[in-house]
Amino acid sequence: MSGSLQSFFAMGGYAAYVWPAYGVFFVVLLIDWLAPQWRQRRVLRELRGRLARQEARKERPHRNSAAST
Amino acid sequence: MANWIPLWLHKLSSPPVFYRFAGTLRPWAIALALVLGLVALYGGLVLAPPDYQQGDDYRIIFIHVPCAWMSLFIYALMGIAAFIALVWRIKLAEVVAMASAPIGAAFTFITLVTGSLWGERMWGTWWTWDARLTSELVLLFLYLGVIALYHSFEDRRQGARTAAFLALIGIVNVPIVHFSVNWWNTLHQGSTIRLLGPSTIAPSMIWPLLTMMIATKCYYVASLFGRARADLLALESGKDWVRQIAEGEVRR
Repeated sequence: MSGSLQSFFAMGGYAAYVWPAYGVFFVVLLIDWLAPQWRQRRVLRELRGRLARQEARKERPHRNSAAST
Repeated sequence: MANWIPLWLHKLSSPPVFYRFAGTLRPWAIALALVLGLVALYGGLVLAPPDYQQGDDYRIIFIHVPCAWMSLFIYALMGIAAFIALVWRIKLAEVVAMASAPIGAAFTFITLVTGSLWGERMWGTWWTWDARLTSELVLLFLYLGVIALYHSFEDRRQGARTAAFLALIGIVNVPIVHFSVNWWNTLHQGSTIRLLGPSTIAPSMIWPLLTMMIATKCYYVASLFGRARADLLALESGKDWVRQIAEGEVRR
């Protein structure tokens, strides 16, 4: 079993070409998969921050107007 | 034609409806892509016999060819979405076109790198200015150009429409890539899989290839939906439906 597994990883002497090819395939697609997820989280976080600031401004209108004048 | 189809499409093109629709479908698409991808890898790396001339090196084909197909397929789809975006000014078409560009660029990049790794042993060179290789490289630059143009505008929608114009012009490159092996005398081999007429590849090699093709299609759907959802949230961040989603995630 270990012998056949070894020959599988050896790829008939082409391991240095086959495995990097598959590595590039998985790494590039993984980055492509994660990038929009990070972006979505960032967009929502920024939006929540903006909503929270709006909310805070609504709750303390006097102090805000005093500070701005 | 039944008139519920255009009606359904019209409804789907509304950002909140598409956001929910894409969110429901995305996990299924990625699950299908993973299952089919694993089956295809097992078939390609373990079950398929070594090639009588190339030994095990030919196994790069199981990612190289599906990715090359995707690089063209996504460009064609981006071109169609760009056309719809320019003619009917549908926001969702802009989003789909711009979200397709990075995925297409990723597949084109994989195609070039895996082809280079394959060519080094089989042709004795990493790169050659051959018609197929050069036109595929032009395809990558077109994708990168679309992405760069989109991000060079302050106004996202204006950027999307300008980039859509470039995407539409660049579509002439798609048939050039596809037919380059027939039109020019190239180092790259012709196609061995034919829709019309018999394919010149063994069945034990063809089924993992076709399975991987479906897997990459499913992956594209899942990735596109993920990108489109993030883009829609950013584009519509002033709208009520986005605010509800943002507030809903706080409570959770």
